[in-house]
Amino acid sequence: MAEPRALFDKIWDAHAILTREDGQSLIWIDRHFFHEGSHHAFNQLRDRGAAVGYPALNIGVADHYVPTRPTSDPAAMGMVEQLARNAAAHGLRLFGLDHAAQGIVHVVGPEQGLTLPGLSVVCGDSHTSTHGAFGALAFGIGASEVAHVLMTQTLWQQRPKRLRVTLEGRPGPGIGAKDMALSVIAQIGADGAAGHAVEYAGAAVRGLSMEGRLTLCNLSIESGARCGMVAPDATTLGYLRGRPFAPEGEAFDRAAEHWLSLNSDADAAFDRDVSLRAEAIAPIVTWGVSPEDALPITATLPDPARAPSEARAAQIRDGLDYMGLRAGQKLSEIAVDRVFIGSCTNARIEDLRMAAAVLAGRRARVPGMVSPGSRLVRQQAEQEGLDRIFREAGLEWVGSGCSMCVGMNGDLVPPGERCASTTNRNFKGRQGPGARTHLMSPAMAAAAAVLGHLADVRPLLEGRL
Amino acid sequence: MEPFRRLTATACPLPLANVDTDQLIPARFMKRPRSAGYGDYLLHDLRGPGFPLTRPERQGSRILVARRNFGSGSSREAAVYALVDHGFRCVLAPSFGDIFGSNAVNNGLLPARIDEDAAEALLAWLEAGNTTLSVDLEAQSVEADGKQWRFAIDPVWRTKLLNGWSDIDLTLSHQERIAAFAAEDARRRPWARLP
Ligand code: SF4
Repeated sequence: MAEPRALFDKIWDAHAILTREDGQSLIWIDRHFFHEGSHHAFNQLRDRGAAVGYPALNIGVADHYVPTRPTSDPAAMGMVEQLARNAAAHGLRLFGLDHAAQGIVHVVGPEQGLTLPGLSVVCGDSHTSTHGAFGALAFGIGASEVAHVLMTQTLWQQRPKRLRVTLEGRPGPGIGAKDMALSVIAQIGADGAAGHAVEYAGAAVRGLSMEGRLTLCNLSIESGARCGMVAPDATTLGYLRGRPFAPEGEAFDRAAEHWLSLNSDADAAFDRDVSLRAEAIAPIVTWGVSPEDALPITATLPDPARAPSEARAAQIRDGLDYMGLRAGQKLSEIAVDRVFIGSCTNARIEDLRMAAAVLAGRRARVPGMVSPGSRLVRQQAEQEGLDRIFREAGLEWVGSGCSMCVGMNGDLVPPGERCASTTNRNFKGRQGPGARTHLMSPAMAAAAAVLGHLADVRPLLEGRL
Repeated sequence: MEPFRRLTATACPLPLANVDTDQLIPARFMKRPRSAGYGDYLLHDLRGPGFPLTRPERQGSRILVARRNFGSGSSREAAVYALVDHGFRCVLAPSFGDIFGSNAVNNGLLPARIDEDAAEALLAWLEAGNTTLSVDLEAQSVEADGKQWRFAIDPVWRTKLLNGWSDIDLTLSHQERIAAFAAEDARRRPWARLP
């Protein structure tokens, strides 16, 4: 009998070309996505006079610097054009500015069926963990590694440890994958899963749609995980059938048979196990400058004087200070200046539907922007009339890209302003110098828009779900 | 790359946890080509009066000491470029972002993991006005104030740094194995290929 293996190991073993005595494996890469930020890697190729080894498997997407409004920041446009030149120079497929399916790389890959179960997927972007939602081995890499993949379609990797995060039970109404993910991060810490490949399991995970699983896996990196994954099942197959780059007909059925075998054997060993009850999860918001600074909306802000260590006290002081908050303050009393609904974490169609469910027939008290994750999401949302709900609420409905998640295209939160955001990082200056970010679900961001302060969305959703 | 063995140099304390890559190099400086240099933008938005990095006694620092989860966040290798271009060759901290760690090693920067207690002791000693630390990669030790602490590093990263190796030459020596794997894999998993 073969050793019982975890999902992660099955995929890893199928991709290891060779393993050295020191434990490093040379891993075959099925999909490499690149974006404007990959310019350092293309320069490394040019300096070596090297070619791309397997052009069909390297796919470009314009997102980080893409303008979402008819403004013209020439520097940002320069980055998008440089991407197009690099893709053209090596004959690589590109979802660029002129492509009808352009969007954020971690939205486009799944949406196009480029991301499939059992694949190894890399991108010079840490949120590549998103693609693990399909039961793929997906992780972010740096520029030197991007250059390595472009040249060889491989990477040297050390096999990470395995951590299983089990979410049992059923989340309450209005509680989504974002709340689950932030709860996990708050429990294990922003470096709690460092060196680990995470598998998400349990009834609450099985019950998530693909959109929800993508959100959950997206945030794996915020607990420091190398990657996050969910075993493929009927939900996965249902999502993939008919996607442009997914196999068709009989080829799909043959592939599907293999995909469904990609799950952890009953007695597979994990290095660590963490479990949470989904019913116990309330809507979560972050208050500080690390995603681990996350609390239920019903909570009050921590007091550094009561911290268990000086290092933790310093972190709490630093967070409160940067965020302009006081120890003991109620989270639900914190007024916000604007909202942002977007990013690869929460700008898929379901996310927009949730935000619209809260906003329908209501007005936002603060300005805000809604940036769909891709042009196809945008199109779908418009067919469903969601754009009208956002506009009538007073929010701006803009184009798709990374936008205010990272501000590279010029969509910035002004210094000192507080933004309720559906993104993934509340780091200092992430949404612009001096910007203050509170992370939350799309429903919670919509609630903050309607009330003008951080707020529990549940009463606003009553009778609407 | 220049091999890393032993380094005795000025060290800079950075008594912060979760120093993420967005802080190491804010996004707006990332359009530059590497040749333009990233050192001036290291921790740009944290710089203010009294910030350790800009204090006179920390000029020419080659070692940085910080709290846990250093280099978490984005995969931007520019965070490492900023450190290296500023002159750093070693960061001592209780934990590092995984991607940051491999980016560091690919650029000859040593990410050395020390215990929380050691980090606190070193930070206190440096903040008391002391400056010089010694880091020995072969022995995996750091020395200051007549005391020694051990640090941890992935053995493969250690070998790469000690020898100044980069991956690509090694990989290219395996090109036939890669091509054979690719051909066999295309038969085994035809659905995984793209036209
Ligand atoms: S939306 Fe934000 S997190 Fe996602 S890829 Fe873009 S910049 Fe990165």
